[in-house]
Amino acid sequence: MAMAWLWTGMVAVSLAFGILTGSVGELGNAALEGASAAVELCVAMAGIMCLWTGVMEVMDQCGLSAALARLFRPLLRRLLPEASRDEETLAAISANLSANLLGLGNAATPLGIRAARRMAQGCGGTASHELCLLVVLNSASIQLLPTTVAGVRSALGSADPFDILPAVWTASLLSVLAGLAAAKLLARITRG
Amino acid sequence: MSLSELVVPVLLCFTACYALGKRVDVYTALTRGAEEGLNVLVHILPSLIALLTAVYMFRASGAMEYLGALLAPALERVGIPPEVAPLLFIRPISGSGALAVGSELMATYGPDSYIGRVAAVMLGSSETTFYTIAVYFGSVGIVKTRYTIPASLCADAVMFLTSAAAVRVLMG
Repeated sequence: MAMAWLWTGMVAVSLAFGILTGSVGELGNAALEGASAAVELCVAMAGIMCLWTGVMEVMDQCGLSAALARLFRPLLRRLLPEASRDEETLAAISANLSANLLGLGNAATPLGIRAARRMAQGCGGTASHELCLLVVLNSASIQLLPTTVAGVRSALGSADPFDILPAVWTASLLSVLAGLAAAKLLARITRG
Repeated sequence: MSLSELVVPVLLCFTACYALGKRVDVYTALTRGAEEGLNVLVHILPSLIALLTAVYMFRASGAMEYLGALLAPALERVGIPPEVAPLLFIRPISGSGALAVGSELMATYGPDSYIGRVAAVMLGSSETTFYTIAVYFGSVGIVKTRYTIPASLCADAVMFLTSAAAVRVLMG
């Protein structure tokens, strides 16, 4: 329902603003332009997006993402020591991380939920500290190749759609670290 | 020639060779994955149509400019271009909404402009925070989320700040 309010709100605010600023005559055209811009954008980025989901599928099938998942295990043992004691949870979390990193969002979510379900057993509806960390980790994405954005950029005629990579890595790494640090800090404060 | 120009050809070649070495039918896997990409596109197109309609109206009415002007002093102080203000609000709430706002910014200012790049980096280095939290806790029956939301929003805030700074420093 949140999106219903947001969408209606945006349209209503636009109409009110249009009347106030006298630009109301342009709103009808803008609406139609927006709708067709969405189709143009989708068509223009379809090629690059489908190519990458294809490449990701190849990486998944040949075991590259599983190899990546193994790399995460030592790190996860330190970050989530309790959850890592359960081998199956650890496997699901590391696969979840590697799928996120490769941009396989559709594969990452079920894996993460499988891990979360095991971690939430017998907690009576209150998230454990490590479950909070897992969700924070997932809500602040770390993605090696932001392919959707690169698709949009190439659709709009960017000279080098992937030239944002170093900036994306910096920003996402720092934001993940900040999220984890905030969670640890808040855990300590709320515990008193 | 820059490193980012090499990413695509090297990654394509490496993945294909590695997969072939593992006796994976590269071509079939590639086309199957591409088909899945088409499914993703089909799923985002309807919401993109709805949202870009609203975003274009919002911009044409002058409301977007007003919002930017309202927040400009605060945003400029922390080094975020005020033009991207709408993205800050929608990014944690809606993924396709953020894509709509972000691509509109890139189209207006150009994908290789400072503002276009900041918008792109913000889109690429974050997730839809509230959606992710809702999906995870909803599906495992957690009601008390404790400090997850403030911690995630803290991550988002740092992401916004570092996106703008990283574009300035790394791509000046």
